[in-house]
Amino acid sequence: MPTPHNTEAAAPMTTAVLDHHDAPAHEEHHTSLPIDNRKLAIWTFIGSECLFFASLISTFLVYRGQSLKGPGPKDIFSVPLVTFGTGILLFSSFFVVMALNGAQEGNRKKLITWLSLTVLSGCFFVGMQVYEFSHFYHEGLGYTTNLFSSSFYTLTGFHGTHVAIGTLWLATVLKDAIKGRVPKEKALNLELAALYWHFVDVVWIIIFPVVYLMSLGS
Amino acid sequence: MATTVLEPTHAYASRRSVIVEWLTTVDHKKIGILYGASAFIFFLIGGLEALIIRTQLMKPDNTLVSPEMYNQLFTMHGTTMIFLAVMPLSAMFFNFFVPLLIGARDVAFPRLNAMSFWVFLLGGLFLNASFLLGAAPNGGWFGYAPLSSRQFAAGLNMDFWVIGLQILGIASLAAGVNFFTTILNMRAPGMTLMRMPMFVWTTLITQILVLLSFPVITVALIMLMADRTFGSSFFSWVGGGDPMLWQHLFWVFGHPEVYILILPAFGIISEILPVFSRKPLFGYSAMVFSSSFIAFLGFGVWSHHMFATGMGPLADSFFSLATMLIAIPTGVKIFNWIGTIWGGSLQLKTPFYFAVGFIAMFIIGGLSGVMHAVAPADLQQTDTYFVVAHFHYVLFGGSIFALTAGAYYWWPKMFGRLLDEGLGKVHFWLMLAGFNLTFFPMHFAGLLGMPRRIYTYPAGLGFELYNQMATAGAFLLGVSFLVFIWNVIKTWRSSERAPADPWGGATLEWAIPSPPQEFNFPTLITVHEKDPLWDMKRAAGVSRMPEPQLVSGKGIHMPGPSWWPLIVACGILIFFIGFMMKDPWAFPFRPVTILGFAITTFGIFKWAYEAPDAHAPQH
Repeated sequence: MPTPHNTEAAAPMTTAVLDHHDAPAHEEHHTSLPIDNRKLAIWTFIGSECLFFASLISTFLVYRGQSLKGPGPKDIFSVPLVTFGTGILLFSSFFVVMALNGAQEGNRKKLITWLSLTVLSGCFFVGMQVYEFSHFYHEGLGYTTNLFSSSFYTLTGFHGTHVAIGTLWLATVLKDAIKGRVPKEKALNLELAALYWHFVDVVWIIIFPVVYLMSLGS
Repeated sequence: MATTVLEPTHAYASRRSVIVEWLTTVDHKKIGILYGASAFIFFLIGGLEALIIRTQLMKPDNTLVSPEMYNQLFTMHGTTMIFLAVMPLSAMFFNFFVPLLIGARDVAFPRLNAMSFWVFLLGGLFLNASFLLGAAPNGGWFGYAPLSSRQFAAGLNMDFWVIGLQILGIASLAAGVNFFTTILNMRAPGMTLMRMPMFVWTTLITQILVLLSFPVITVALIMLMADRTFGSSFFSWVGGGDPMLWQHLFWVFGHPEVYILILPAFGIISEILPVFSRKPLFGYSAMVFSSSFIAFLGFGVWSHHMFATGMGPLADSFFSLATMLIAIPTGVKIFNWIGTIWGGSLQLKTPFYFAVGFIAMFIIGGLSGVMHAVAPADLQQTDTYFVVAHFHYVLFGGSIFALTAGAYYWWPKMFGRLLDEGLGKVHFWLMLAGFNLTFFPMHFAGLLGMPRRIYTYPAGLGFELYNQMATAGAFLLGVSFLVFIWNVIKTWRSSERAPADPWGGATLEWAIPSPPQEFNFPTLITVHEKDPLWDMKRAAGVSRMPEPQLVSGKGIHMPGPSWWPLIVACGILIFFIGFMMKDPWAFPFRPVTILGFAITTFGIFKWAYEAPDAHAPQH
C-alpha cells in the first residue's frame, strides 16, 4: 500500500494553489510505494520480457522435431561446452551480488573486484556463444537450414544479445566505479543492472534444459 | 510565505526558439499535445482512406481503384486507425491527464516519455512513406502468413508493415513501463489505489495489457521479418513451418489489443458521466474489478478470431465460453454507467452527449460481439461485412465516441478555451447519424454474404442499397469532423478564455489554471477521498473552484529539455530501415542497421550521463 506523506498539512481548498518558495527540493522524489521509480520500471520491463522469451521458447518447442532435414540438435550440440558456459553464467549472478554488497557497504575494492569478475563472465559467455554459432555454421547449420536452426538461433541469439547488453551495462557501471563515481548512495545504479543480469541468467536456466538437455533424449 | 502573483500572460523568457522547445520538450503536457496533433492527422489520413474505399464500393463493378490499390487502402486504413489514431489519441489523454489526475508534476521518466512519442511519430511517418513508393502494406492489418510471406507478397509493401509495427511496438512498450511506474509510484499523498480516478485505473490496466501483449507480436514480427529478409521458414509450409503459429501469436496480442483500444474509452466515460450527472460514479469498486477481469479474460479468448480455421470442438467450445464470459463484466460496466446517470442532475453539455452516445453505440457493438462468440454462428459471419459492422460499432461507436467526448471535456484544460456548445451538438448529431447510416446497413450486407476485403461486387446480389447507404453515411461522418475542425478554429480565434473549473469537476486537474503551468501543482495536494476536488469544494462550501492565480515556480525543480530522446528515436528508425535494404555484404553485416545501432547506443550513453540539469520554470 502507498505510504501517504502527511507532512504537508491538508491544504484547504483556497490555498490548494499557492506559491511555495520553500517547497522542499526533494519533493519530487516522493514515491507512493516503498520502491524507487527506476527499480519499479526495471521490474516492469522484466515482466514484459518474460512474455518475449516465452513466445520464443514456445516457438522453439512447437517446431521441435518438425525440421524437414538435418542437421538436428543431436548431431550438433556440444553439451559439455554449454554446461561449462552455463556454470560461468550462474556464478556471475553470485559475483554481481557480492559486487552489489561491496557497493552498498561503500567498499570500492570489493565492488571493483567482483564486478570485474561479473563482466569477465559475461564476456566469456558471449564468446562461448560466438564460438558455438560459428562452429555450427561450419558444420552446415545456417540460419535458414531448417526449422530447428531458425528457431534455435533466434531464441539463443536474442538471449545472447541480452547477455551482451547486460555485460555492456555492467561494464559501464564498472568504469564509473573505477573512477569513483559509484558511492554508497548510488549503489542503486548497480542494483538496476544486477536485476536485469539475474533475469537474463534465469532465462538461460530455462533455455539450457529446454533446448540442450531435452534434445539429448529425443 | 512570499507569494508572487504573476500577470496571466505567457512570457517564456527563453532564447530557445519555439521549434527547439517542442523538439526537446520532456513536459508531459506538451508531449500529450504532440501525440494528439499527430494522431489526429493520422486519423484524418485513415478517414480519407475509408472515404476512398466507400466511394469504390458505392456501386457494383466500380473501377475507381484497382484491386491492388484497394488492398493497400484497407490494410492501411486498419493499421492507421488502430496503431496511429486510436492508440495515440488515448496516449494523448494518458500523457496530459494521468499526472494531473494523480496530482503529480510529471511522469516517472520524462525523457523516456519524449522518446516514446518520437518513436511513435517516426514509425507512423515510416508506415505512410510507403505510399510515396507506391508500395503501401497490402496484406491486411493482421498480416496473415503466408499472405505476408515473400512468396505471395514480393514487394516492399509488407516490409513496411512488418518493420513499421516493430518500431511502433517500441514506443508502446516504453510508454507502458513509464505509465505503469508513474501510476503506481507518483500518486499524490493520500491517493490510495482505490481513490484513483477511474481513467487512471483503466490506464493502468491498459499498460499491463501493452506490457504483456506487445512482446508476443514483437516475436511474431521478428520471425516474419526473418522469413522475408533472411529466408527462414517459420510460417512457410515449404520448410515445414506452420502459418497457424502466426495466427496464434498474432491474436494472443490482437485480442488484448482490442481492450487496449477500448479500456481508455471506458475510463474517459467514467470521468465524464459523474461530472455531468452531479453524482459520484456508481459502483466504483465494481468498475475497478470488472475492468481488471476484462483484461484478464482478454488473454484467454484469442482463438475466437480463428473459429474458421478448424481447431476442433474442444478449443472452439473453450474459446466460445470464455468469450461469452466477457459479456458479464462489460454488462456490469454498462449498468454502472446507467446507474451513474440515474436520478442525476443532468448537465446536457456536449461531452455528456458523446458519452451517452458511446453507451448506446457500444451496447449494439457488444451484442453483435456476443453473436460472434457462438462458434457455429461465427462460421456464417466470419469474413463478412457483419464483422466489419461489429468492430466499427465498438471501435468507432466505442473508442472514437469516447475519445471525442474526452476531447470536448478536457479541451478547456489543455488549451484554455471552451469549444462551442452549439457546434459541438451539431457535430454530435451529424456523427451519430452518419455513423449509424454507415455501419448499421453493413450488418445486413454481411448476413446476405457480402465478403470483407473484396474490391467490388456484382449487381443483383442485394448489396446495392446497403452500400449506397454506407457510402452516404461515411461522407456525413467526414462532414461531422469538418464541423469539429471549424469549432476548433473558431474558438481558437476567439478571445474568450476558459475558467479553471468550467464543468464543476471532481478531479484534481480542475484545481489548477487552464492551461496548467509547467509544474502543474505548486504544492502537492493531499487527497482524503475519491473525487478529491468535490471533497475539497464541499469542505469549502462552493460548487466551482475559484480562479487560481498563476504563480512563480521558483524552487520547483523540473527536468530540463533534452535532445537525446529524439536522437535515440532516429537511431531506432535507421536501425530498422536497414532491414529493408538489400544486403550488400554477407549476413549479418548491414551497414544501415549498424549505423542505426551506433546512433542508438551513442544516444543512450549520452542520455544516461546527461547532467540532471533541473531547471526552474521560467515564469
